[in-house]
Amino acid sequence: MNFLILFVLFPLLMLLGLWFSRNVNQVRGVMVVGSSALLITAIVTAVMYIQARAAGAQGEMLFTSDLSWYAPLNIKLSLGVDGISVAMLLLSGVIVFTGTFVSWQMKVMVKEYFLWFTFLATGVFGFFISIDIFTMFMFYEVALIPMYLLIGYWGTGKKEYSAMKLTLMLMGGSALLLIGILAIYFGNGATTMNLLEIARNNHIPPMVQHIFFPLLFTGFAVLGAMFPFHTWSPDGHASAPTAVSMLHAGVLMKLGGYGCLRVAIYLMPLGAHDWTWLFLILATIGVVYGAFSACVQTDLKYINAYSSVSHCSMVLFAILMLNQTATTGAVLQMVSHGLMTALFFALIGMIYGRTHTRDIRLLSGLMQIMPFLCVGFAIAALANLGLPGLSGFVAEMSIFVGAFQHADTFHRVCTIFATTSIVIAAVYMLRLVGKIAYGKVENEHYRLLTDATWDERFAVICLIFCVAGVGCAPWWISSMISHSVMPIVNAVAAL
Amino acid sequence: MAVIVILLLFDVITGQKKHDKYFSPLAIGLLCVHTLINIVPSPNYDIFGGMYYNTPMIGIVRTVLNIGTIIVFLQADIWLKREDTSFKRGEFYVLTLSTLLGMYLMIGAGNFLMFYIGLETASIPMATLAAFDKFRQKSAEAGAKYILTAMFSSGLLLFGLSMIYGATGTLYFDDVNKLITSQPMAIMGLAFFLSGLGFKISLVPFHLWTADVYQGAPTSVTSYLSVISKGAAAFAMLTILMKSFQPLVGYWQQILVWIIIVTITLANLFAIRQDNLKRFMAFSSVSQAGYIVLGVLGANSMSMTSLVFYILVYIAANLAVFGIINVIEQKSGKVNISDYNGLYKVNPKLAFAMTISLFSLAGIPPFAGFFSKFFIFAGAFKAGFWLVVFIALINTVISLYYYLLIVKAMYIKENDEPIAYFKSDCYTKISLAICLLGVIGLGVASIVYDTINLFAYGI
Repeated sequence: MNFLILFVLFPLLMLLGLWFSRNVNQVRGVMVVGSSALLITAIVTAVMYIQARAAGAQGEMLFTSDLSWYAPLNIKLSLGVDGISVAMLLLSGVIVFTGTFVSWQMKVMVKEYFLWFTFLATGVFGFFISIDIFTMFMFYEVALIPMYLLIGYWGTGKKEYSAMKLTLMLMGGSALLLIGILAIYFGNGATTMNLLEIARNNHIPPMVQHIFFPLLFTGFAVLGAMFPFHTWSPDGHASAPTAVSMLHAGVLMKLGGYGCLRVAIYLMPLGAHDWTWLFLILATIGVVYGAFSACVQTDLKYINAYSSVSHCSMVLFAILMLNQTATTGAVLQMVSHGLMTALFFALIGMIYGRTHTRDIRLLSGLMQIMPFLCVGFAIAALANLGLPGLSGFVAEMSIFVGAFQHADTFHRVCTIFATTSIVIAAVYMLRLVGKIAYGKVENEHYRLLTDATWDERFAVICLIFCVAGVGCAPWWISSMISHSVMPIVNAVAAL
Repeated sequence: MAVIVILLLFDVITGQKKHDKYFSPLAIGLLCVHTLINIVPSPNYDIFGGMYYNTPMIGIVRTVLNIGTIIVFLQADIWLKREDTSFKRGEFYVLTLSTLLGMYLMIGAGNFLMFYIGLETASIPMATLAAFDKFRQKSAEAGAKYILTAMFSSGLLLFGLSMIYGATGTLYFDDVNKLITSQPMAIMGLAFFLSGLGFKISLVPFHLWTADVYQGAPTSVTSYLSVISKGAAAFAMLTILMKSFQPLVGYWQQILVWIIIVTITLANLFAIRQDNLKRFMAFSSVSQAGYIVLGVLGANSMSMTSLVFYILVYIAANLAVFGIINVIEQKSGKVNISDYNGLYKVNPKLAFAMTISLFSLAGIPPFAGFFSKFFIFAGAFKAGFWLVVFIALINTVISLYYYLLIVKAMYIKENDEPIAYFKSDCYTKISLAICLLGVIGLGVASIVYDTINLFAYGI
């Protein structure tokens, strides 16, 4: 066992700490210490990873370790990271850390809230460090189920409906996953559950790949908000409490993209080759459809949720291009979307906490009242529409450059359709910012509202810092990623 | 092995005269001792001229059943202490133990007749147990229903056996296996045999008695009925199908495929609409029975391990749920799901225990139910039944829906008059602690699965 296990150990310790804490301050203490520890571990992992690569480490995954668990089924607790998972760990670390501060003002059942929140984080971190498909799947489900109570109890609006819809749809997805995982395991001769070994052996029969790839891919893509399985996302995000929306849109939806790439495409390259056309069409529809839907919404959270659908479909779209540039762009897009959507949800939550409405028709001129929040809001919007210098631009640029490397008509048409989403994003984002931040203050009651408190400012600044950091200096993260997507891209290219 | 049980019975009968408060500890303690003796892997032997035999695997199943029975005894105490039942608590223990003896005979039988005797020994006292609260109309009704369906299914089973005897001229499992061919009479016999057993495991379409009996019977008896007798019957089904119907494997697998699909799907759809929690659990257990039989379907050693592991995990999770239902029913008399609204606010510990047990039943990690379901699916998948596995998986989503309905009631729904706070008694606490330990620990600690796997065998 190596230090990667800390990513699971810390949340477990946090759960224990929360269990025994008696009042709100203790709960907050445990959360701050725990989430900082996670963030620091993530940063240290990234630094160590980059150093190891610079020193010439050749392994596909670094820091690997095995611990036999269920020997008869070859299930092991295998850990290891590559550039993609390091990027995801950093993202999760940041979101969990800021999520803690965003939930600072939580009042009802604080302890239970953070218990489930941490439970979710356990699943997320565990998922990204596992390279054993069983353990991975287990953590995946661990990350899903807390959403039910988090939304159902602490949510707003039609929360019970949304929570049930979200849970059932995602669990339906994971049912597809399970059958896919069994197919991989038995198709590969039932000798190992380790991702790398399966990819190396690579003798899953073509027929099995052909049948089970769509199931496996769809299973993950449900969480990646692929059209037409995205309907849980707007309702779920709109009803969830702020920090949960952040964590869900910021990190949990990335589990889907990551799984599509790492498990579905990597382990079943032949299936990926056969089925790309279908999923590419669906992803393109998702990109455009999500963007158009965002245009007509009037609820702030719905706007961002549909914009998330569009951006997450873009991730799938890029993954399905199956070349290095686009896939790197996909991972960058995951990081970038995670950060900016978290920022967006955090700000929406803060505005909602003051005005008690998310209807944009009722909001206007907030820049005069809460300048800090509105500036943050404008930055988030600009990042969302892909302004250079912020993270969204880097990601979308790589994606479209990669997508244009395919010369055939089909890919071209899809790419052209997908690029329109950039324009549409500008339409809804600029309209949104113009409507709520500028103009006259129509509702005089709003003049009494206050600007952000220290904990909110802290969270927002952290996120803006990360968004701008990725946007201004993308080379370190992008070289880390592009090196690691090679094995996956090669697996398909070798056909 | 059987001797120990008889000894135990004798002890309990003499103990009955004392009528003091040490009575329940005595019964539980004796059963614990018995379990501990049993837990040591015993060698292969057979008695009664091959009618009854023993293998380490059967020893493990017996241990699993024993543990379940101990938990049921612990939970039953609060109910047996009540005025109207305390004078006949001895009978409860004796009757339960005789059904347990019947199950031992069932799983260890080497001959169809011995199996039949075991089955009857297991079911007739069970009817008495179901009617234990005889002045409650529902309970009496449950008893009557159970005995009638049990007799009917025994009739079917015997008819099947006679056909098998007619086809092969023997009733010993091993000889049947050598002589049986796919002639119509043997297949008819197989079909009748499966239907007879289907009643015991409450598979659709033989499940109609389940909901009424579960609702009517005292909760402790229901919990015993739902896990122990079901588990024993499922294991017996697996061994007999593997031992004596091996040449007909294609036929019975085909029958089971349809039974499993119908069982899981229908039971899930019915469970959604229940309000009485005991009826709800009845349909939930019918659908769980479908998953258990999915372990029979694979007929390889992985399936056998998964089946026994599944039964063990199912015992832990289901008994935790029934324990909570029981203690709430005894303290407040409420058994409807809507009565559980707002339970978390009043009694967070019970609600939390209930939540993780339900999650385990639904197969959510990191609780044991996830692992047991995964293994069952893996076993069936290995045997090539991926379409059945797929349908079963879709059904887990439906089952998650109705388990979440209870979670929703406990956490999210508001209630003006929630169940009043109470402190659970010592026995219930111990039993729930054991169950929760199982629910959390069985999956994470792989040693249990590995141990079972050591002794498993397949076709």
